[in-house]
Amino acid sequence: MTHIKIKVNEFNFYYGKIHALKNISVDIYKNNVLGIIGPSGCGKSTFLRSLNRMNDVISGGRAEGEVIIDGNNIYGAKSDVVEIRRKVGMVFQKSNPFPKSIFDNVAYGLKINGIKDRDFITARIEKSLKDAALWQEVKDRLHKGAFELSGGQQQRLCIARALAVEPEIILMDEPASALDPTATLKIEELIQELKKKYTIVIVTHNMQQAARISDFTAFFMLGKLIEYDVTSKIFTKPSKKITEDYITGRFG
Amino acid sequence: MERHFDEELKKMNTDILKMAALAEEAIYKSIEALKNRDKKMARSVIEDDRKIDELELVVEETAIDLLALRQPMARDLRFVTTGMKINAELERIADLAVNIAQRVVELSDKPLLKPLIDIPKLTAVARKTVKDVIDAFVKCDEKLAKEVILSDKEADRLRNLIQEELINDYLSKDTNAASRAVLLLLIARHLERICDHATNIAESVIYMIQAKVVKHHPEKLDNSKFTKYTK
Repeated sequence: MTHIKIKVNEFNFYYGKIHALKNISVDIYKNNVLGIIGPSGCGKSTFLRSLNRMNDVISGGRAEGEVIIDGNNIYGAKSDVVEIRRKVGMVFQKSNPFPKSIFDNVAYGLKINGIKDRDFITARIEKSLKDAALWQEVKDRLHKGAFELSGGQQQRLCIARALAVEPEIILMDEPASALDPTATLKIEELIQELKKKYTIVIVTHNMQQAARISDFTAFFMLGKLIEYDVTSKIFTKPSKKITEDYITGRFG
Repeated sequence: MERHFDEELKKMNTDILKMAALAEEAIYKSIEALKNRDKKMARSVIEDDRKIDELELVVEETAIDLLALRQPMARDLRFVTTGMKINAELERIADLAVNIAQRVVELSDKPLLKPLIDIPKLTAVARKTVKDVIDAFVKCDEKLAKEVILSDKEADRLRNLIQEELINDYLSKDTNAASRAVLLLLIARHLERICDHATNIAESVIYMIQAKVVKHHPEKLDNSKFTKYTK
């Protein structure tokens, strides 16, 4: 098996009295895509946001247990949240470009990190847009507003923005659920390219999408990790009946 | 929760059972025609094969539609893919019954070579394996499917017995008997092939139930930890 990039160890998360994640332990492998599936409210997004401490900002939120990235527990006393979020980028369901130019959107992370070297920024922007498979479509209009782009292009711009600070892990929360099939296909193809360089964790409601793009699949329900295995196994011969009932739509 | 999809799966299941019934009948009638030297019955087996061919196309089309439109997963996926394989195997089994019927037509104008003893025995084995394997499919009975796989040895034994007798007692001794002996030999061969196809179905049924591939791996005919399939 390949190198473990993220090791989640007996992790719990509470929203006040609500126990949202229950004793989750899972290994996430480097340069692999982990797909997270499960019904609404099962803890998928909470889990995803726990991987870069995005849940810290929620009042009443409390985490227990460990999330170890490259050997360091990100919930440890010495960890630096800014550094964690640079290393672990995130892309959301709804594309959320800033009301700025395409160029400035991608440059944003570099600028707030204090980088001023114009040539460096320009080179990094080109690289990020190329990695996000958007360069060919925007290279002649980098200084146009980001809102001029289509929905699918905006989402790829957000991916480019996440890539610009050179993360190692990318978290995606339903990145294609608001896109049409063509734009969805582009994002899915892009994920296959991105995993060569990054480790990707993606939450999706679309079972076929999870089946298509992920190497491993985790099925969550009621805050618990029910089953975690190689994707082809989950979708042909899951070991738990409850997983099978969910993926075949026998729920309810 | 009952899904609309379940209705479509049930229809595919029903069509497969119809095919199985027709294939079983074809085997029965072809050997009855041999016993009774009934050319008319043999011809009816050959003609009725059209019905099985048509059903094969229906089942195949249903399966392709289900794969394209429903994108089945897990047990549903295993049912549809297994159904497609069973469909093809049943069609081959019916073709072999047709082959037997063709040999019967060729034999019916010639005098009887010998009383039939082992061929009816082999026929009984073939009919039982086809019946059992379809029962195993219907009831998701993994134990019965395994028995079908194991019973293939008996079919091989009977075929060898028939072959030796026909070669030693007729083919090597009596040139006048040669053509009839060859036709009987072919019938034995067709019956044994029917058992082979039933074995293939049994392997698919075990895959459907247990998600375990036992094809080419007989050592895996033991227990498995996967979720069992029930209808």
